[in-house]
Amino acid sequence: MKKYTFTEKFDTRSGFGAGLLELGRTNPNVVGLCADLIGSLKMGDFQKEFPERFFQMGISEANMMGVAAGLTIGGKIPFTGTFANFSTGRVYDQIRQSIAYSGKNVKICASHAGLTLGEDGATHQILEDLGLMKMLPGMAVINTCDFNQTKAATIAIAKYEGPVYLRFGRPVVPNWTPKDQVFEVGKAVLLNEGKDVTIVATGHLVWEAIKAGEILEQKGIDAEIINIHSIKPFDEKAVLASVNKTRCVVSAEEHQMNGGLGDSVAQLLARTNPAPLEMVAVNDSFGESGTPEQLMIKYGLSAQNIVDAALKAIARKSK
Amino acid sequence: MVLVETQNFASLQEKNKKNKNNMEVENAVKTGEVAEMEKMASQVRRDILRMVHACSSGHPGASLGCTEFFVALYSKILKHNTKFTMEGKNEDLFFLSNGHISPVWYSVLARSGYFPVSELKTFRKLDSRLQGHPATAEHLEGIRIASGSLGQGLSVALGAAQAKKLNKEDNLVYVLMGDGEQQEGQVWEAAMYAAHNKLDNVIATIDYNGQQIDGPIAKVLDLMDLAAKYRSFGWVVIEEPKGNDMQSVLNVMKKAKSLTGKKQPVMILLKTDMGYGVDFMVGTHKWHGQAPNDEQLANALSQLEQTLGDY
Repeated sequence: MKKYTFTEKFDTRSGFGAGLLELGRTNPNVVGLCADLIGSLKMGDFQKEFPERFFQMGISEANMMGVAAGLTIGGKIPFTGTFANFSTGRVYDQIRQSIAYSGKNVKICASHAGLTLGEDGATHQILEDLGLMKMLPGMAVINTCDFNQTKAATIAIAKYEGPVYLRFGRPVVPNWTPKDQVFEVGKAVLLNEGKDVTIVATGHLVWEAIKAGEILEQKGIDAEIINIHSIKPFDEKAVLASVNKTRCVVSAEEHQMNGGLGDSVAQLLARTNPAPLEMVAVNDSFGESGTPEQLMIKYGLSAQNIVDAALKAIARKSK
Repeated sequence: MVLVETQNFASLQEKNKKNKNNMEVENAVKTGEVAEMEKMASQVRRDILRMVHACSSGHPGASLGCTEFFVALYSKILKHNTKFTMEGKNEDLFFLSNGHISPVWYSVLARSGYFPVSELKTFRKLDSRLQGHPATAEHLEGIRIASGSLGQGLSVALGAAQAKKLNKEDNLVYVLMGDGEQQEGQVWEAAMYAAHNKLDNVIATIDYNGQQIDGPIAKVLDLMDLAAKYRSFGWVVIEEPKGNDMQSVLNVMKKAKSLTGKKQPVMILLKTDMGYGVDFMVGTHKWHGQAPNDEQLANALSQLEQTLGDY
């Protein structure tokens, strides 16, 4: 198992803030919009340095999506910022009509996604956002795993023509991906080569997948681990190449089973090359208040859950 | 706001007195202009009726009611280029928020030279660029955003207006909304935002026909004093009771233009009659979303002169 280490921990949202600031300095067309959550979204540095290119929208997310769509018509590249819940579910029709169907170059940037929002509870812990956004024709959907990757993704999507949903979160997590990485929308990242089981993970679950790989190694199991930062476009080739080798899969995500990464993998396998699939995800349930760590354990999204799922998937392989 | 408006009107009158001779000449020219525009309106109304009849669907009522607005806008008010670009640099932009009145917009765009008039016959049919509600996916010249799901157009117009300011363009952004559409919450988010940000390069118009699908607005969900609502939100509001009189529409739009650039967004409440121009369609919500049959079409067309040739 390839060794992954880290020396510092950061929140992914700070990676977004850093990426946006860099974009502000390099691309004069980039503008920022925020619905009364500048601190939470880490958009303060951009606002300070580029006040004329920053729009405080107030608690008006529907209007924010429409204004963002309008700004693209004048050649701007708007980055909207609010919580994942208010970036998707609250404004689904605005995104659908004014952004996705209209083919507008808006970057919808969403923090505080999933259970790791923690104590605020289920009203804010959206676990359906990837599915909602994935279903919209033409919408790219990205879920990054650490500070460095979120920063790289933020910078990369400015050059990607078309609407993008970029999902990140609140908790402080290991910052372990390379600082100088080149982020390619739609391209999976192979983290560890293995022959017994394929683990595809996204967002905060990627680090859990690495920890699971280490536990599995002690049991003599050789796991192939893939970081799927792009839920859509989905790197089918990378997943299929791996499954052809390992013949079973585990998907891991901080999202509902319905509509998420596991759902995309299941469709791919059923259409092309059926193989056992175990999904580590929230099973048709809302979250609740608690610390991020407590919630990830209670709702079955830990490294141990990935290990258990891997053993189950391997046992289901046809002999 | 009312004060600003009154002062402006007073100074206009003063100016008019001084230039009385010039004004008389101008009025004579205007009469010719208006006659031309009325001719176009008659043809546009024929187009609307024939389009919705040919596909047995669509929304003729408010399309007919807004004909004067669209003809005045595209022939005399909007600084625009029929060689269409999405960005519309150094042009005025127009957004239609109540997208269901697409027939009148399509007809006026075609008659203004954006795309061939013959394409009107494809309205709402398979493989057409003239979708039931306006869309950008088929690249129809003149359309910059999809609309139909109500309440979104004002926000889009504000974004486009903000981009104009960032790009240091002094052009204006126009948007038309329905009155029933004012029941959508997003409209008020946008109304608040426009005034707070002093978006004085925006002229919004509400087609104030008092009707919606389920009946009179006053019965379905009353808007109460709409002018007072917008004024309290920080807009300059002008009310025009004669929204189907070409000269009045032209005048109010010119007045609205004169009120831009003064740190406030401008709103025109344009009273129109749904179904105007056809005696059995006027003043009722019955023709909001219903196409005429063969006999009704023949009756309606007999009331409207063919001025520019049917498509």
